[in-house]
Amino acid sequence: MDLLANLSQGFAVALTWSTLLLAVSGCFAGTIIGSLPGLGPSNGVAILIPLAFSLGLDATEVLVLMTSVYYGAMYGGRISSILLNIPGDEPALMTTLDGYPMAKQGRAADALVLSGVSSFVGAFLATIGLMLLAPLLANVAYLFGPSEYFALYLLAFCTLGGLASKNQIKAALASAVGLGIAMIGLDNQTGLPRLTFGELALMDGVDFLVAIVGLFAVSEIFIFIESHGKNTAIGIKLDKITIPVKDIVNSGVTMLRGTLIGFFAGILPGAGASLGSFLAYMGEKSLAKDGNTFGTGNPKGVAAPEAGNNAAAGGALVPMLTLGVPGSGTTAVLLAVLLTLNITPGPLLFEERPEVVWGLIASLLIANVVLLIMNVPLVRLFVKVLSVPPHVLLPGIAMVAFGGIYSLSGSSHDLVLMIVFGLVGYFCRKLGVPTVPIILGILLGNNMEDNLRRAMIISGGDWTYLFSSGIAIGLWVAAIGGFVAPLFLRNLLKKPKPKI
Amino acid sequence: MKFSSKLIGASFALVMGIGTVGNSAECIAPANPGGGWDFTCRAIGKIMYDIGAVDEPIKVTNMAGGGGGLAYGHVVNERNDDGDLIVAASSATATRLAQNAYAGMMADQVSFLGAIGADPGVLVVASDSPYMNLMDLLNAVMNDPTSVTFAGGSATGGFDHLKVLMALGEVGYDDVLSVKYVGLDGGADAITQTIGGHTQAMTGDISEVVGFLKSGDVRVVAVFTDERIPGFEDIPTAKEQGVDLVAVNWRGLYVPKDISEADYNKWADALAQVAASDEWAQAMADNGLAPFTKVGDDFQEYLAGVIADVQQLSKEIGVIQ
Repeated sequence: MDLLANLSQGFAVALTWSTLLLAVSGCFAGTIIGSLPGLGPSNGVAILIPLAFSLGLDATEVLVLMTSVYYGAMYGGRISSILLNIPGDEPALMTTLDGYPMAKQGRAADALVLSGVSSFVGAFLATIGLMLLAPLLANVAYLFGPSEYFALYLLAFCTLGGLASKNQIKAALASAVGLGIAMIGLDNQTGLPRLTFGELALMDGVDFLVAIVGLFAVSEIFIFIESHGKNTAIGIKLDKITIPVKDIVNSGVTMLRGTLIGFFAGILPGAGASLGSFLAYMGEKSLAKDGNTFGTGNPKGVAAPEAGNNAAAGGALVPMLTLGVPGSGTTAVLLAVLLTLNITPGPLLFEERPEVVWGLIASLLIANVVLLIMNVPLVRLFVKVLSVPPHVLLPGIAMVAFGGIYSLSGSSHDLVLMIVFGLVGYFCRKLGVPTVPIILGILLGNNMEDNLRRAMIISGGDWTYLFSSGIAIGLWVAAIGGFVAPLFLRNLLKKPKPKI
Repeated sequence: MKFSSKLIGASFALVMGIGTVGNSAECIAPANPGGGWDFTCRAIGKIMYDIGAVDEPIKVTNMAGGGGGLAYGHVVNERNDDGDLIVAASSATATRLAQNAYAGMMADQVSFLGAIGADPGVLVVASDSPYMNLMDLLNAVMNDPTSVTFAGGSATGGFDHLKVLMALGEVGYDDVLSVKYVGLDGGADAITQTIGGHTQAMTGDISEVVGFLKSGDVRVVAVFTDERIPGFEDIPTAKEQGVDLVAVNWRGLYVPKDISEADYNKWADALAQVAASDEWAQAMADNGLAPFTKVGDDFQEYLAGVIADVQQLSKEIGVIQ
């Protein structure tokens, strides 16, 4: 009964008119921020910090506003993934794979509603998981050392090959390019710069938001210019919103599996939402009976990553609150907000500041309900932003992309780099090289390398250390299985017929 | 749907407009939100405004890159006479300047304003660790350097790493390359790895370990200050245990080089007011900072000494030539 008492205390804090108003406006602003390419949850939350403090809000109100924006952006990221094939933020990357083909088949509305429901399932269940298990789950983070993390990332890369249904060599090439880009910057173990050409701006490596916006949004602009605005994919019409009951029912198990995978990826501080949605997608691809039609507009391919990334967002709050370890860029910003409010997350936060924790949890639950309403019946509102004619929309995207990227570090180098990535993306599209593996290489490569190097320092160069725990061995087995299985399956199942 | 497009227009304007909040003074935190520099900007900026030392709220800009080098270069090259700018700094700033890690830029290319608090350095082990005190830990390294891996929140050659080597140097162990150190993404990450048993000890600052100390997950074997810290009287200093080392991570600010003397004095005065305020005393207590106030010339003199020391040491241990 402690739980209910705590929760009702939390709702008492969160359910006032002013906080509800903040939750609604936070969800609204967050959804828009998330749906705009280049503005993700982390800069969405970051740019609202000065506003929150200048409004003179108290600790709970600030938290309600910030988490509403955070969750809103996680929901919103899918909108441009589905309609424009441009991920609104990095965890929404995987949603482009099936969401956009669905939209091209005239099922954009279905994809949006389905992904909205999946987001809700993922986020809601994850919040409940956070509520029930947070102090216990913190221990999971202790179990993961360098060798376990390395095996986890290896698993991700081993399943990458299955991502490109057409040409695995091109996918491998693309992920190698991504890994190479990930190496740019100060080497964390020796402190020496690599591949920076003496440029201070490259010392911290390439920000993956710069890469995403360049590869997806800027290259789209180049394609648009080249075709003189005729042959562009952008500008998908949205039909009447109906509830695709059949898809939702069919994807029920998918959502639950995606939620589970995403939540656990979120709990691990080194993994986060991007890995969560990736593993949820790849897991579902191998588990679902119709997994071979993933990438061609399978509704399950939309449900899995959306449940996964929203669950990961909830999971990422676990190490942030209980250990003070931010699992993602956004939780790092939230951590900063907490510290500024003189709330120090750590093992004792749940006991010392229950009103903060339970207020936060209650506001997360409220935000989720608000977002479900906003993102299913009212999704048209947000689609309006993106469904204006391409010759109006693309300059807008260019503006937001440049503004958003500049706001990251306030440096013009990032803008130049973004344009370079735009050119790379343009040529990749022309050559049929998938850009998703490039992003994943950049996103995950650094962590994988760092953990391998740490493992080697700890063990003094002894490779057997990588297999020194049950978790690590299990992950290795899964990784090898994930790499080898498709090679055999490919021969057994002939080329999948795209579903029409 | 007429109504909705208006709404969208308005929210668009909201999203685009939020980034700029008037033309107040700016504090650059040369790192992403969440770290010490970010705390410095936000806490000092907020208190300066709250106690009336400045008229407008201070805007915080995060400019991560090159371990603070990007912001340093930005200030030196583009904002060299901006009187409305302050930048967060700490021991790490001095360490990197001493090690030529800011692409050859020197400490005298900005004006250091002052430090108004310090995070004492600590060595921490998990509560079930066999190492009960500082000498246990250092002896273990001296007997078999492969038996102990230190985890810290900064890269190799950073202040967390140097502290371990300095402490070992004090007890006569100078085979610095044999000491195993892994750099993680922040102190909390390093402590998580140590509690999980993946590394044997964590080197960091006391603010990074407070939560874990209170929950009983870790034991602090030594704090590198002259005296025991108020509020943490149970933690023995390294000096008491025969290791004569004082290593603190001071928190402070620098300003651009070519601002007017009036502007410099205005900021120095505002910083001194913060240092003397009750709000700052509370913020220090909440974050495990110990009082450490040096403003203006006093600070610059102290800093020159520190940089010379780190430079000397970095050469001895081979981090720089």
